[in-house]
Amino acid sequence: MIEIKDLHKSYKMGSNSLHVLKGINFKAEAGELVAIMGSSGSGKSTLLNILGMLDVADSGAYTLDGVPIKDLSETKAAQYRNKFLGFVFQSFNLINYKSALENVALPLYYQKVGRKERQEKALSYLDKVGLKEWATHLPSELSGGQKQRVAIARAMAAEPKVLLADEPTGALDSTTSYEVMDLIQKINDEGNTILVVTHEEDIAHMCKRIVHLKDGVIVEDKKIEQVRAEQYV
Amino acid sequence: MWLFDRDLWIEIFHTLGKNMFRTFLTMLGVIFAMIILILLLGSANGMSNGFDKVFAGTASNSLFVWGQSTSEPYKGFERGRRIRYKIEDAEILKREIPEIQVLAPRIELGSHRSVVTVYRNGQTSGSSVYGDYPEIDNITKKRLVEGRFLNNTDIEESKKVCVIGEETYKLLFDKGENAIGEDIRINGVFFSVVGIYKPNKNINIDGENAVFIPFTTFQKAFNSGDRMGWMAIAVEPNTKVAIVENQIKKILKSKYDIHPDDERAIGSFDMSEIFNNISSFTNVLKGFSFFVGIFTLLAGVIAISNILLITVKERTKEIGVRRALGATPRVVKRQIVVEAIVLTAFAGLIGFAISVGILAVLDSLWGSGEDFPFVKPMVSIPQFLVSFLLMVSLSLLIGLIPANKAIRVRPIEALREE
Repeated sequence: MIEIKDLHKSYKMGSNSLHVLKGINFKAEAGELVAIMGSSGSGKSTLLNILGMLDVADSGAYTLDGVPIKDLSETKAAQYRNKFLGFVFQSFNLINYKSALENVALPLYYQKVGRKERQEKALSYLDKVGLKEWATHLPSELSGGQKQRVAIARAMAAEPKVLLADEPTGALDSTTSYEVMDLIQKINDEGNTILVVTHEEDIAHMCKRIVHLKDGVIVEDKKIEQVRAEQYV
Repeated sequence: MWLFDRDLWIEIFHTLGKNMFRTFLTMLGVIFAMIILILLLGSANGMSNGFDKVFAGTASNSLFVWGQSTSEPYKGFERGRRIRYKIEDAEILKREIPEIQVLAPRIELGSHRSVVTVYRNGQTSGSSVYGDYPEIDNITKKRLVEGRFLNNTDIEESKKVCVIGEETYKLLFDKGENAIGEDIRINGVFFSVVGIYKPNKNINIDGENAVFIPFTTFQKAFNSGDRMGWMAIAVEPNTKVAIVENQIKKILKSKYDIHPDDERAIGSFDMSEIFNNISSFTNVLKGFSFFVGIFTLLAGVIAISNILLITVKERTKEIGVRRALGATPRVVKRQIVVEAIVLTAFAGLIGFAISVGILAVLDSLWGSGEDFPFVKPMVSIPQFLVSFLLMVSLSLLIGLIPANKAIRVRPIEALREE
């Protein structure tokens, strides 16, 4: 599903150049649930941004579902993001003046899905994350966990190939974190490919594979026994 | 066509509607600009209409000709000779110059602007007394308060009737007293009043206090023979008054043996000059209003653009999220531009409605006043359409500034955690 080869990325900070990714080789198959771990500055967010086509690598190859991701125009990148990727952010990034339902329907709007179908689809995804009754509520009326579940519903609504979650539990308490992880695990059970960036050990162990990043290189990549989040909920 | 994309409009009205306060503040500038533009244009129109009202009844394409004294000796005559026209001149001029539409001869009792005492039951009035033809009414309309003006029967039968001004009425009659059918005495001759008129204060050729009697009656009553004092002449609408004026002077100069270069012997006044001056004044006023209004509008639209620019900054994150969710730069750009247009158009319409209301109030306050030329201060539909279209195209152009700024937001920067 995802394949990257010898990925390099550096940022210019004034006269200094900061080499963030120093040759990453990584492969994820369809249906995997991968945790990308590392301390801050390890390059894990940069890697996720490049995977999310929000940023471009200096060198190296990136193939997503057999499509080479290279030299994309902003328009093309937007279309690919819409088609291939779902994003979940640490700070939810819901549009605050739109209801939960409208937030979930937004990627479908950009996919030019008809209005009625869009509403129905969005509602069914809200139902999936257990927030059907909250459809008309604004994000400000939702708790943190609910917000993240709306965000996950939004990411899933476009039916992406890969779900990218950047510290999805970073802003949540542990009980809520486990609820969100439970949801992510269930989505993964349905065969969706998910990448989770986290620095929390317990969250990482709820995935099926952990990739450790340190100073811009992968230092460890191991398959693990998944801890089900269900038992803590 | 994206213009008819229902989702786009829902999205835009949603965005604007959910941020009412911001939307309102953004619109204020354009609302005020539109108010100023429409008020200025409307007032200029009102003034123009006001002048039209003031001069209503006065033929714009007209002139007056009278005799003065020669200033050059010619053909054995010395300078300083008084020029006195004869009634036959009217016929000659009408025959020679086909562009003359109406020619009304007039004779005045005594010398020009001199005053004759008019008596009635021991009350007196110092009035100007004119012998007139009914045609004069086609050149300077008398606004009759009561009765009628002189007519052809009066001329044919040399009836001893008169039309008097309001001022004369006030001096000769008690307040509210009936004047029609009553006799007044001028130089020992009795005349029956048939009409009372109200002088136009803004344009007055006859003096404040005037009495009009039929020309033919004047000839008999005051023994004026074939003399004629002056002529009021209306010229065909498409002919320049100055041309006819020259023709008339040429004919009269040769008839009365006046030196061709004598500028003073024949007095004349070209009415159309006043009208041209006034219409160029109101046109300049309208042009100026439009000019000021358009720039105010530009400032208003720039204010919208400015606030949109700020909101783009404020909405960086939102735009970033939209981009991450698959909004192409074009979609983002289109949304901001259409937001600018919708805001401007909506604000423009509000401003238009308010200013039309204000103009209606002004009209009801001063619109029917006599002294101040201000009637029906409104904008015409073409004026409104031009300003509205101009405003919308301005907003389209200026909306591109924040729109371009919005698409320069890279999603990664927008989404970076604070």
